Amino acid sequence: MDTNSTNTNADPVLAQALEWLGEGRRVALATVTRTWGSAPRRAGSHMAITDTGDFSGSVSGGCIEGAVIQTALAVIDSGVPRTLEFGVTNEMAWEVGLACGGKVHLFVEPVVSEPDER
Amino acid sequence: MNADVLRAVVAAQVAGRDLVLATRLTDGVQAVIEAGSPTSTLGLDGDAVASALRTGDPRTVDTPDGAVFLRPYIRPPRMIVVGAVHIAQALVPMAQIAGFEVTVLDPREGFATADRFPGAALVKEWPDRVMETLRPDDRTGVVALTHDPKIDDPALIAALRSNAFYVGALGSRKTQGARRERLGALGFAAADLERIHGPVGLPIGARTPEEIAVAVLAQVIGALRL
Repeated sequence: MDTNSTNTNADPVLAQALEWLGEGRRVALATVTRTWGSAPRRAGSHMAITDTGDFSGSVSGGCIEGAVIQTALAVIDSGVPRTLEFGVTNEMAWEVGLACGGKVHLFVEPVVSEPDER
Repeated sequence: MNADVLRAVVAAQVAGRDLVLATRLTDGVQAVIEAGSPTSTLGLDGDAVASALRTGDPRTVDTPDGAVFLRPYIRPPRMIVVGAVHIAQALVPMAQIAGFEVTVLDPREGFATADRFPGAALVKEWPDRVMETLRPDDRTGVVALTHDPKIDDPALIAALRSNAFYVGALGSRKTQGARRERLGALGFAAADLERIHGPVGLPIGARTPEEIAVAVLAQVIGALRL
């Protein structure tokens, strides 16, 4: 039987986070835990962020990624996970060019290697 | 999150093992729960974990120690397309885009070729031989498209003996009637035969192979999600 690349089933964002860790970079993982209304990314969506602000994946249509990166940097520094809530009002949504009007909860956690007792 | 947890999740995905990552949102304490292993960790209810594994939908559940987020990582649903025909050439890429892992099965020379089905697993075998290896399960849909009982029937027989969440077969009502008689004579009960969606696909007046593919894919997704 001939199988191929469609069977590479690892979540690309998690795989990228692992690769960054392997390169010795510090990483945080943001995950959408709950959505209301017309949120563009489903619960379970991941975004990985490094301590230099590189990121992979998305947790919205682009409107909250900047704020999530800021939180991720703080989380990498403190070693303590945080929950985030974004309620996008329709007016605000228009301002940032995204008329979703949804609401999103996120969990942002540092990814730590065992010996790193912070 | 410990890096070992991340490694465990990625390794399970690569190996095709289903699991749930449970995260207590108040303090970030986590547990990796593999399918089939009992769970009494983090004060979780086994039913909530089982439901997350079955549907693939993440959810947050309340426990005495705070809310716990359940994130299932499960294998994509599979679709076995019997008959590397014109409709299949439209259906296979559409199903792949929708997230299905697709296998195309056709014993005939020149049908199930990589040129015609890029990115799909191809099997040039008779269904009665290969369906046992493919093992349709409750996350597998089987669609028979050849119009040829020599190929479609054995695939449908194997599908009906499995837990496939969807079984469909191309053919007019008359063709379906004749098929029911053949399979009934083999001992399949009416309730078994009811599982076969045929004429295949949602009734949207589809005319072209591409439109029929849309109708079939929509019906398969409905069987998976509704």
